[in-house]
Formats: sequence, C-alpha cells, structure tokens
Amino acid sequence: MSLVDRAGAGVLGLFEFTGAVASFGARAVGEAVRPPYEPREILRHVYEFGYRSAPLMLASGFAIGVVLSMHTRASLERFGAEAMIPAGLAIALIRETGPLVAGLLVAGRVGAGIGAEIGAMKVTEQIDALEANAVDAFKYLGVTRILALMIAMPLLTIMMDFAGILGGYAAEAAVSGMSWQQYFERSFTYITYADLVPATLKTVVFGFLIAVVSSYLGFTTSRGTEGVGEASTRSVVMSSMLIILSDVLLVKLIFFFYPQVSG
Amino acid sequence: MSAVRFDHVCKAFGTQTVLDDISFEVPAGRAFCLLGRSGTGKSVTLRHIVGLVRPDSGQVFVADKDITGLTGRELASVRKQMGFLFQNAALFDSMSVGDNVAFPMRRHTDWSDGDIRARAAQKLADVGLEQEFDKMPADLSGGMKKRAGLARAMALDPSILLVDEPSAGLDPITAGEIDDLLVTTKQSGTTLVVVTHNIPSARVIGDEFGLLHAGRLLATGTIEALDASGEPMVQAFMRSHGGG
Repeated sequence: MSLVDRAGAGVLGLFEFTGAVASFGARAVGEAVRPPYEPREILRHVYEFGYRSAPLMLASGFAIGVVLSMHTRASLERFGAEAMIPAGLAIALIRETGPLVAGLLVAGRVGAGIGAEIGAMKVTEQIDALEANAVDAFKYLGVTRILALMIAMPLLTIMMDFAGILGGYAAEAAVSGMSWQQYFERSFTYITYADLVPATLKTVVFGFLIAVVSSYLGFTTSRGTEGVGEASTRSVVMSSMLIILSDVLLVKLIFFFYPQVSG
Repeated sequence: MSAVRFDHVCKAFGTQTVLDDISFEVPAGRAFCLLGRSGTGKSVTLRHIVGLVRPDSGQVFVADKDITGLTGRELASVRKQMGFLFQNAALFDSMSVGDNVAFPMRRHTDWSDGDIRARAAQKLADVGLEQEFDKMPADLSGGMKKRAGLARAMALDPSILLVDEPSAGLDPITAGEIDDLLVTTKQSGTTLVVVTHNIPSARVIGDEFGLLHAGRLLATGTIEALDASGEPMVQAFMRSHGGG
C-alpha cells in the first residue's frame, strides 16, 4: 500500500470513527429522555466519578494554584503589580485553567475507567448477560455514565478552582504574608458570573465528550484483554483531544455570548 | 406447543457461514441438547433464541411467537420468559453474588427489597451456595460461578432455560452436580435448551438431541436415534464421546 493510500485510509478511518461516535452520542441523547431513567445508577456513577475524583482535583488544583502564583508573581513583580496576583490567578483559573485541567484529569481517571470497565464487560459476556436479562445495556451502562459525568464535571471543576485559589493563597502568604481575607477580596474583585458560569458549564460538554467516547470504545471492544487495554488507552487519548479541540469552539462561543469576558 | 422453533435459519459472519438452513423444534417442558464440536455454531444458535444474534434469513419462534424482528420492549418481554446460563457464567463482577441473583428481580418485579433478598438467598440455596451471598464473583471457583449463574438464570422462574456448555472447564464431580441441577430444573417443568459437546452430560440431561456440524444440523431425535444414525460424522461423534 502506497503512502497516499495509507494516508487516505487513515482519513477515512477518522471520518468513520467520528461518525460512529457522533451517532452513539446522538443515540445517547435520545435515550436519556426516554424512561426508564435509571436514577440509582446515575447517582452511583456520580459518586464514583465525582466523589472519588475529588482528592485528585483538590490536590492538583492546589498544586496548580501554587505554581501559577509563583509564575504570576515572577511576571507581575517586574511591573510592580504584585497586588494583582490574586485577581490574575483567579481569572486564569476560573476562566480556563480550572475547567481545562479538570477535563483532562477526568479524561485520564474516569475516561480510562469507563473504557476499561465496559470493555471488560463486553469481552466477558456481561453485556450480553444484561441484554439476556431484558436490560437495555446501552442505556444501563452508557447513558447513565454519560449523564453522571455531565453532572459531576462542573462540580469537580468548582473544586479545582477553589483548591487552586487556596494554593495561590498558600504560595502568596508564604512570600508576602498576605492575609486570607485580603487575598480572597482581591481574587474576586474582577470576577463576575460571566466569568464563572459559562466557563464552569462548558465542562458539562467535556463530561459528555469523555463519557461518549469512552463508552463507545468500551462497547466496541474486541480481542480480549488486549482490546480492553486498547479501549482504555484510546479513551484517554481521544477524549483528551476532543476536550482540547472543543475548548477552542466553546471559548469562541462564550466570547460571542458574553463579550465582556473577552475584554 | 413448542417452546422454541427454528425455521430454515441461516447466519453468516462475513464470508463464514455459521448456520446453514437450520430447522428444529423443542416442545415445552422438554430438554433439548444441541451437540457438536467446538466452533460449529452451537452458541450462535443459543444466542438466536434470546435475540442476541439475528438470523440473516429464516425465523426463530419462542413460545410460538416470531421473535426474528422484535426489538426494544417487545424483545425484552420475550427475554423475561427465559434464563440464560453463559459458558463462563458472565456474573456481573461489580456486584456481589447475591446481588447478581437479585438483579433480574430488582429490574422486573415490584417486590420489596427484603422479599428480593430472601428469594435470592433461596435461589442460591437451591444451587448450594447459601453461604456465598455476600461474596464477589472473583472469589468463587469456576464451578461455583456456574452454579451462581444458574441461580441468576432461574431468578424469575423462567419457562425456558438456555444453557451454554454447562460442564466446560469443570471437574467431573462438579460437572455432575451441575447436570443434576439441570435435571431438577427440567423436572420442575422448565424447557431446557443445552449446548454441549459433552455426550455423557447430554445423556443425563437431554430428552431430544441435535447434532450440529459445519453449520448444518446433521441429525435430530432421541439419543438412541443418534446412536443408531448411519451418518458417518454422527457415528464418529457419538463413538468418540462415549456413545453407544
């Protein structure tokens, strides 16, 4: 096969994958509004994805806050604008860093888990067993996870934002001895609902993308344990890529609907 | 009344024909054993009955109802009449053994949780696993998994029980215990469709038999009829597996 043929096959494969995932996602949206709604399963997954990811979010957010604070101080010190450190850090965290990093971390932790879990169920006939028990496996395993991650993502993002601001404060307090009250006031001087709400809600889309891609790869797993590993890895890679690509579009949309955010 | 009927069913995966014009009938309350070597389409036949696989042509009837084109709730309602014991039991590994057995009851009945737990415990006791209610599937041996799978398959007292290779991978004593459980199930009036390549086990369980080879049903009838068959492949199979 020539290089051109291989490139062509690769592009066609990408289109095929994109179409299949889009169709899977559209089916999930359709199924989500039809009974049965599986609230117990959704809550169980919110707990699994949300509560169990919380320590990762808090620790990562804190570390990111510390690092961002150190970088921001190094830059703003040159202009004698140290007083702007809390506000600069809070804007960076809430508008972009928090949602994006939370999305990527969840893609790694939860996306891999969904791909591997559903993939393992596929190769061990557990999905067939669900169907044989008159349970719609797509809805029971896929739709519930998709909805749960759409609920958990914004909550995890708020946690990450909060931990980041705390980390920023810890770094700043260590250097300048700034009080928590002063830091908090300065952090939120320039933050409005237009900064917080759209940026946090865009992670609902991240949650949807991660869960749809990972569930799709889980449901289409073949070739035994090797296939399960591949589904897990591809879940992380594909959902991370989609998060970054969709973030570009979502930021553009936010700027369109909230022009004050781009100012 | 027939519990299961195949009418000229054909199925291929890609270029490989797995079932080629298969027709047979299982009367209600009888045990039908589908025999054959590995890879001859026995499990695919079983999956047609529960609608996990659809035929390319021909029809599959369950309780005289054509299920070939059924989807969604209609198919689910047919599936509720059946229990399926998978070859590797296919227990849900995120649930305890008791919850596995309780799962069909939680999904399809409005019984109270206490009732469901009691019934699940009884089903596990029926297969000798009353002590394993809270254990996870990973903590069970192969034979115990199979018995737990049987308890789950019997959770809603189905009228038809589908069993895929009940003795595969089990020691002779455990395999014998599973066979005895299936015979007890048959005696309670449940129709059995059992896929196996184990002739001694089939002789214990079955009333009617079919031998599948290369996608074709070479012979059907009683075990005596198969033993007396003039078909060379049937003779070879029955002789090589302890037949008469």
